[in-house]
Amino acid sequence: MKSGEMEPVVIEPERYEFDAPPAYHFEVDRRDFFRVLGGGLLMVCVLRDAKAFQESGGRRMPWRGPDEPENISAWLHIGESGKVTVFTGKVEVGQNIRTSLIQAVAEELKVAPANVQMVMGDTSRTPFDMGTFGSRTTPTMNPQLRRAASAASDVLIALAAKRFSVDRAQLLAADGKITDPATHQSIGYGELLHGKQLAEAIPAVDPLEPATQWKVMGTSLPKVDGVEFVTGKHRYPSDHRLPGMWFGKVLRPASYGASLTSLDTKAAELLGNVKIVHDGNFVGVAAPTPELAVKALAAIRAEWKPSSEAQNKISNKELFGFLKQTASNNGAHEDRMRHAAGSIDEGLAKADHHLRRTYTVAYIQHVPLEPRAALAEWKDGKLTVWTGTQRPFAVQNDLAEAFRISKHQVRVEMPDMGSGYGGKHTGEAALEAARLANAAGHPVKVVWTREEEFTWAYFRPAGLIKINSGVGHDGRITAWEYHNYNSGGAGIGTPYDVPNQLVQFHPTQYPLRQGSYRALAATANHFARESHMDDLARLAQMDPLQFRLVNLKNDRLKAVFEAAAGKFGWGREKPSRQRGFGMGGGVEKGGYVATCAEVAIDGSTGNVKVVRVVTAFDCGAVVNPDGLRNQIEGANVMGLGGALFEAIEFSDGRILNPRFSAYRVPRFSDLPKNEVVLVDHKDQPSAGAGETPLMALAPAIGNAIFSATGIRLTSLPMVPNGLKT
Amino acid sequence: MEKVTALNVNGVNQVVDVEGDTSLLTVLRDHLDLTGSKYGCGEGQCGACTVLINGFPRRSCITHVAATRGKQITTIEGLAKNGKLHPVQQAFLDAGSFQCGYCTSGMMMTAVSLLKTNPNPTASEIAHFMQGNICRCGTYQRIIAAIQQAAKSMKEARP
Ligand code: FES
Ligand code: FES
Repeated sequence: MKSGEMEPVVIEPERYEFDAPPAYHFEVDRRDFFRVLGGGLLMVCVLRDAKAFQESGGRRMPWRGPDEPENISAWLHIGESGKVTVFTGKVEVGQNIRTSLIQAVAEELKVAPANVQMVMGDTSRTPFDMGTFGSRTTPTMNPQLRRAASAASDVLIALAAKRFSVDRAQLLAADGKITDPATHQSIGYGELLHGKQLAEAIPAVDPLEPATQWKVMGTSLPKVDGVEFVTGKHRYPSDHRLPGMWFGKVLRPASYGASLTSLDTKAAELLGNVKIVHDGNFVGVAAPTPELAVKALAAIRAEWKPSSEAQNKISNKELFGFLKQTASNNGAHEDRMRHAAGSIDEGLAKADHHLRRTYTVAYIQHVPLEPRAALAEWKDGKLTVWTGTQRPFAVQNDLAEAFRISKHQVRVEMPDMGSGYGGKHTGEAALEAARLANAAGHPVKVVWTREEEFTWAYFRPAGLIKINSGVGHDGRITAWEYHNYNSGGAGIGTPYDVPNQLVQFHPTQYPLRQGSYRALAATANHFARESHMDDLARLAQMDPLQFRLVNLKNDRLKAVFEAAAGKFGWGREKPSRQRGFGMGGGVEKGGYVATCAEVAIDGSTGNVKVVRVVTAFDCGAVVNPDGLRNQIEGANVMGLGGALFEAIEFSDGRILNPRFSAYRVPRFSDLPKNEVVLVDHKDQPSAGAGETPLMALAPAIGNAIFSATGIRLTSLPMVPNGLKT
Repeated sequence: MEKVTALNVNGVNQVVDVEGDTSLLTVLRDHLDLTGSKYGCGEGQCGACTVLINGFPRRSCITHVAATRGKQITTIEGLAKNGKLHPVQQAFLDAGSFQCGYCTSGMMMTAVSLLKTNPNPTASEIAHFMQGNICRCGTYQRIIAAIQQAAKSMKEARP
């Protein structure tokens, strides 16, 4: 990248988020569709096939299926009753896409949202999807469904034109009907499709109209099935149940990597109606009641030999030294994770001030309020699992492999779950429930305890970040050398205009199972970079906002900084000495964010209270303003935990604080006044919003603490035990 | 501990057959299939399992079922009356006070009991009373707004 270009550096795809899709299989063909759904119109959204469409001379072509299954991303069906059903492999975890995708379809198809139903994340009924992560649903699935819906509307208009014997150009689609304004005759979609079985394919890459004309998108449609949630009727994965179902528990190793040296299950067997399974590393029990399953598990005597691997022994206290020491020096691989421009030495030589700092971020947990859960049933050699996961197709794959059966024999269904935040990309509970069900001859449900979720799920990677920089008297950054050890590549490149840069990600060995997390490494990288920016501003004797603007060329990022600062009242006097103001911001996953924070420090207790945050966010054209606000407010609350006090403590392969009484998450008393400014860019494509808003909060708070106290905190969490002055 | 064989939940006498030291949450969810009350921690720290026992909010995960003998248990499933949402449910719905919704039933049960003793709570009184309920999605601000809205509509509904 040349300096001054607007796009941030992408050094490598986010390594914690990508995974190869399994070889595709396709289960439903055209006839199956109509058999299951009844007649009507089926619109299939096909990826990477625009050429074929061009050659066929249009935006649509007949679809016979299942000939090109690997390219299918979604399908949409309009029944003979006019009811619309959309099928996508994406899943709902609280980010509200069930609602926002319905808005997309309702918008283009000109039907009421109540007429649209979503079938999501079911490996037998929905097309393959790699998973719901990386804020990809809004920028990819949403436009694809819009295209499918708009093409369906074209088909319906053509049918009506034929029926009315008029030119299609004079017909209008609205309210689930096609109307001829000249004659006032109209016909409902259902009636038009009566007795028909039409299937068409459309290219997923077809261009879309801009957002200025939206009527359903761009409005705050409430969560479509909200009543189910406030009445307790919605069944989360852990709420599912089948007749004759048993309850499963799994014996966990004494520590990470420990091996089982002896096992005595006699006492457990004496309890009667229990099934005990010992299979390789797996030991579990199933029983007709959860009480009995717990009792049986407790009755098992097991001895474990601790792991001798170095990474299983270290504690959180030795963590950062360990990361630095074990950083890989594999040249070719390293090159792919390095971005360089100009010369750091020259940049430093030109600088009037130099700054070198090290930042750290701790391991933290996602803590979805619903822990992992799965219900598995074997029937006629087929396995069905209801489970909470962000990647149902990957879990299907895992199950097929584990039981050495074909994927056609495995169905994974994902009921809307008690969230994930990037923490449920895997299917541990599904495998456990399936193994126990297989042995017990009953459907088995496994629900992890909070302690299991804290210990045996995975964590946001801890990391160490080193920055060496230089700045001139004029406030221009001249050199930027940046090394990130282990926390990841998301958001690693600086959006500021710096001629001399070296940005490098270093993989390391690591002690805990680590993986994706909401906003992932972007939080760590923004904490380091935006804290550093404040210190550079001070060295250059500039206001932090001014300093950022001077070094920025990116207009959208500038605009959110100005919007947040404007709403916050940046530049006004602090109300007292114990108060501080700070800001942070950045670009990630197509979203532009800036947050200003006000903190109050209690000098006697060291307590840091975040009093107010203002976040300005630009993710292009806003699909659902209230849903978006909800996401941003929530990101700020969740971000508060990792910024101030959340940290996993561990030693000798054990998690030392695997419960809410020892691992503090944000509660009501931590809540700041939480204000949101939406910068609605109707001319820009909509980007996802579940993650990016979170990343500006920690540096804003750190910079506010500095402004109140003169203390620069360089570790996340910043004040797990209050501020030591 | 002695077995428990009967339980009054949402005004209905339920027949069960469980040890008295079984948690009320397990009995509700796994024996009676009333899954609106959620498991979040099992140690009384998150509030997802909150039910009302004789009108008082209790963490059902750390309540032995034996302790509910002869008492009235109300769960989220019993909050709406004759198909009409309780004002607290309606307010949560209207204010969009949830994302994944997993904390929501516990939040609402706690809120219902708060409004019984304090029909007109301030934001900080709400925050104080609700401190034991975790929303990991971070919808606290909206929950406070919903509770205040519910207080208002309950006041208006009173003669
Ligand atoms: S499950 Fe009862 S308080 Fe958390
Ligand atoms: S809405 Fe998800 S935990 Fe509260």
